[in-house]
Amino acid sequence: MTPATATQTPPVLIFWIIAGWVGFVLCPWYGVEDGFFSFEWLVDGYPFEEDYSPAAFLIGQGEKLWLAPLLIPLLLPLLALGREKSDPTYFRILTVAGALGFGWLIIQGFSIGIRGFNFQWMNAAFGTLGDRQFGMGYGAMICASAFLFLFTQGIAARGAVNGDVFVVGAIGGVVTIVTAFVFFPIANMLFSAFVTDEGTYSISVFVGKFFDDRLWGIGCFFGTRCGAALNSLVLAIAVGFTTTVLGLAFALVVTRSGFRWKRILRALTVLPIITPPFVIGLALILLFGLSGSVTVFFADLLGTQPTRWLYGMPGVLIAQTLAFTPIAFLVLIGVVEGVSPSMEEAAQTLRANRWQTFRTVSLPLMRPGLANAFLLGFIESMADFGNPLVLGGNFDVLSTEIFFAIVGAQYDQGRAAVLAMVLLFFTLSAFFAQRAWLGKKSYTTVSGKGDAGVHPLMPSGLAFPVMIVALSWAIFTATVYGMIVYGSVVELWGVNNSLTFKHYVTAFSIRIEEEGIRWTGSAWDSFWTTITIAAIAAPLTGAVGLVTAYLLTRQSFAGKSAFEFGTMLSFAIPGTVIGVSYILAFNVPPIEITGTGIILVVSFIFRNMPVGVRAGIASMSQLDKSLDESSLTLGANSWQTFRRVILPLLRPAILAALVYSFVRAMTAISAVIFLVSAQYDMATSYIIGRVENNDYGLAIAYSTTLIFVMLSAVALMQVIVGRTQIGRRMTQSRTNV
Amino acid sequence: MKKITATIAGSLIALAATVSTSYADKLTYYCSAEEDWCQLMARSFEDATGIDVNMTRKSSGETFAQVRAESSNPKGDVWWGGTGDPHLQAAEEGLTMEYISPMRDQLHDWAISQAESAGNKTIGIYSGALGYGYNSELLAANNLPEPSCWKDLLKPEYKGHVQMANPNSSGTAYTTLASMVQIFGEDEGFEFMKGLHANINQYTKSGSAPIKAAGRGESTIGIVFMHDAVKQAVSGFPVKVVAPCEGTGYEIGSMSIIEGARNLEEAKMFYDWALSAEAQSLALQVNSFQVPSNKGAQMSESAPDMSLIKLIDYDFRKYGSSDERKRLLQKWDEEVSTLPQ
Repeated sequence: MTPATATQTPPVLIFWIIAGWVGFVLCPWYGVEDGFFSFEWLVDGYPFEEDYSPAAFLIGQGEKLWLAPLLIPLLLPLLALGREKSDPTYFRILTVAGALGFGWLIIQGFSIGIRGFNFQWMNAAFGTLGDRQFGMGYGAMICASAFLFLFTQGIAARGAVNGDVFVVGAIGGVVTIVTAFVFFPIANMLFSAFVTDEGTYSISVFVGKFFDDRLWGIGCFFGTRCGAALNSLVLAIAVGFTTTVLGLAFALVVTRSGFRWKRILRALTVLPIITPPFVIGLALILLFGLSGSVTVFFADLLGTQPTRWLYGMPGVLIAQTLAFTPIAFLVLIGVVEGVSPSMEEAAQTLRANRWQTFRTVSLPLMRPGLANAFLLGFIESMADFGNPLVLGGNFDVLSTEIFFAIVGAQYDQGRAAVLAMVLLFFTLSAFFAQRAWLGKKSYTTVSGKGDAGVHPLMPSGLAFPVMIVALSWAIFTATVYGMIVYGSVVELWGVNNSLTFKHYVTAFSIRIEEEGIRWTGSAWDSFWTTITIAAIAAPLTGAVGLVTAYLLTRQSFAGKSAFEFGTMLSFAIPGTVIGVSYILAFNVPPIEITGTGIILVVSFIFRNMPVGVRAGIASMSQLDKSLDESSLTLGANSWQTFRRVILPLLRPAILAALVYSFVRAMTAISAVIFLVSAQYDMATSYIIGRVENNDYGLAIAYSTTLIFVMLSAVALMQVIVGRTQIGRRMTQSRTNV
Repeated sequence: MKKITATIAGSLIALAATVSTSYADKLTYYCSAEEDWCQLMARSFEDATGIDVNMTRKSSGETFAQVRAESSNPKGDVWWGGTGDPHLQAAEEGLTMEYISPMRDQLHDWAISQAESAGNKTIGIYSGALGYGYNSELLAANNLPEPSCWKDLLKPEYKGHVQMANPNSSGTAYTTLASMVQIFGEDEGFEFMKGLHANINQYTKSGSAPIKAAGRGESTIGIVFMHDAVKQAVSGFPVKVVAPCEGTGYEIGSMSIIEGARNLEEAKMFYDWALSAEAQSLALQVNSFQVPSNKGAQMSESAPDMSLIKLIDYDFRKYGSSDERKRLLQKWDEEVSTLPQ
């Protein structure tokens, strides 16, 4: 924009041209088998050894000749050097070079795989290829980024988004990675639902698997079993309903009653974030299972035979209600507080009594919040994996069926894909319903202006039952969590109830030797892996989220709403679906990352990205736009503005997003269970292994440790960032999704 | 300046030399047994030979699928553990390699006959018989008689007390189904499964889950491999193991070398080592009570005594083939699982 810089070549352009050549000539083109961070290849025959050779050396040795055309788009941008940015040749060269390079990379990547040509028609057209290629490595990755950013620079030079190189580049980058890691695997999975045993495509295969009795059967009305899809749907509706009712009761007690220990109730909201999956299920078994303490106590008291009533829908419903009520509570606190007291005061001035006010003014104003809470409960229940796995019995639900279609003896990827599609359809419908509902009507009653009223108390006819419900549920929750801690210190639950720290010792023992500390406990391996992966994923999640939030709040460009939808979509995709689609998509070239730590990091980034985006949007919309404008007027470009003005002001939001994604990465199970490998085992999948091995003591001890680790992380964040801001951030990130 | 460069170059070369020697020997090991057993085998082999082991644990079905997918570019060297069927299938498809180990004379006959039925492309490393276990405390509390035969499980008083895995998702449960067909004949075998269905409280996904539930007192009887039941008893749960009086089927856990292995020498070393008495005795450390194929390997006193168990002449070839498997499972799905309970 400033004429002074237009005559010389922008440094960004030089940077990406050099990067492209480095990727092509210096870095190993294909994925290094020993791992991303292993640099063994440097001394192992590089650069001539075929496995580690850069593209240029491969071509020089007459191998992988299909990489040779990439030289053209690498050479082309050199012509742009020294040209004026406003020169039409400048943008033409860059756009053509970038598009050619990136396009060719993708085409050759998908066409040639580990067995030569990937498509039958190519064999027919060009004859069989005597060669093959593996997943992309550093070289291909750097080259691809170089082509992408050359292309965005070309577009920017043509005038897109006011010619802002940083903004166009950021949009291009976010769109590319979201396409690669959200849309591509999902689309790929949808296709695999049509693949027959022989590897050809067929509609009838899909239809056969889709209209299966195991999916839609209504046998449970006639004494046999219902299909998994039907079970999931009924369960999710029930969970959505109960969590909303309970959440509303809690929210009313906290905001509209004289109850003394409100702060303790508020602390409940943190529970779902820090609870590892299936500990609630385990605690329920210890209490209500066939040999559970409560069951046995009542059976003795009443002289009846204990039953297995817990296994099946009742158990899963209780566990999910315990797990997700706090989420509804969190959403509804904001909503109940958001109803303007002046409205209620107006009603009372007009002689409505408290009950009338509540029924005709307060409740209708809470309606969208209630719908929101219901839909969140619905989505969470659909996506939940841990509780049905432990408590399901013969009650099959979609998320666990997907898992067993892949890992069990049946090993049917097509069936897993069909089940995943059905699950995705349910959650996406809920997601759309939520957006449609919240988008159309405005129920905002709190304006920025002075709003000095006080909420009236609940009508007493309502207050009593609400208090009873909320308090008994709170006590129940506390009992269950108490059970978790107790379960971790008994020898062998139900058989030998003597107290011991044995499980903690097995899991977390250390030995101090001359060379230093030796982590001898069996849990350390997965514990450190989890911490490392979570710690790598958290800042990346934050970065992607903040850049996206910046683009959404501060820039306007064509296709912005589609862009927003795409970035928020992964919230509605259940973890099991992500897991299945990732192993289907990334087990083969061009992106071959299964069995590595990278795939775990990537899955966390895109699972948790919506949280980062929401956090960023919430705090960025509080920063006045005039700050950016003054920075731009003073001659800074948008990258400098983002880096020097916006980021420092967003520090609390960044920290909160970091801690939140760190904690979520530690408790995730549904996607992780598909993606772990012997080398990269995560805490949650280790725990599930212990549960399968009947080693409840160790599983619960490990979970308890994780709860305390995460609790301290969250507490630390609260101390640093301050209480009020976190409350608002979480409410907003939950209510707005 | 020159001196510094020379020093750096010198140390780089030295580094290169050490790095390349320390990584010289490696083995990619696919393991289909339980995680802790797999880990122990890998680490012990490293200790015994100094060869670097890169282990991947997956179920036998998944490993088979992986080996088949990688057949044009094998990444694995040796595949150890897991039930015999997929190993036999892999041998049939030429995915695994013929190898006659010098350790053979130390092995039980059943291990060698497993090898011979597959053209020496696989070998038996352990075996386990099918049976069931019950929670003695729950049985007493419910005043139930102690079962001792398969047919006992059909008695109406056991209604809601028996648990087994779903044959669609578990190899153990498929072995049960195939064994019943072989013990009683196909028609009577399916009648047995139908009768059993009425007493089943849950079909679990994983093969050993029923006996774990019985151990914890969440179910009374679990149909499993006997070594899994023994494991629960040894862990302190009140579980009694039953070898059914009509006779029973069994599995042979197997091992194969993958055709085209990149580290063939190391794979053969592992193969021989894994057949040794010393390596097979390691199973005791992780509470795996399968019967080892090496005659000299140590056995736990709690392990089921195979000589006292009436074993049927299980036809691995027929019931391991994918056509027969599909047919039986489909029949079970249509005729048994749809019945009201």
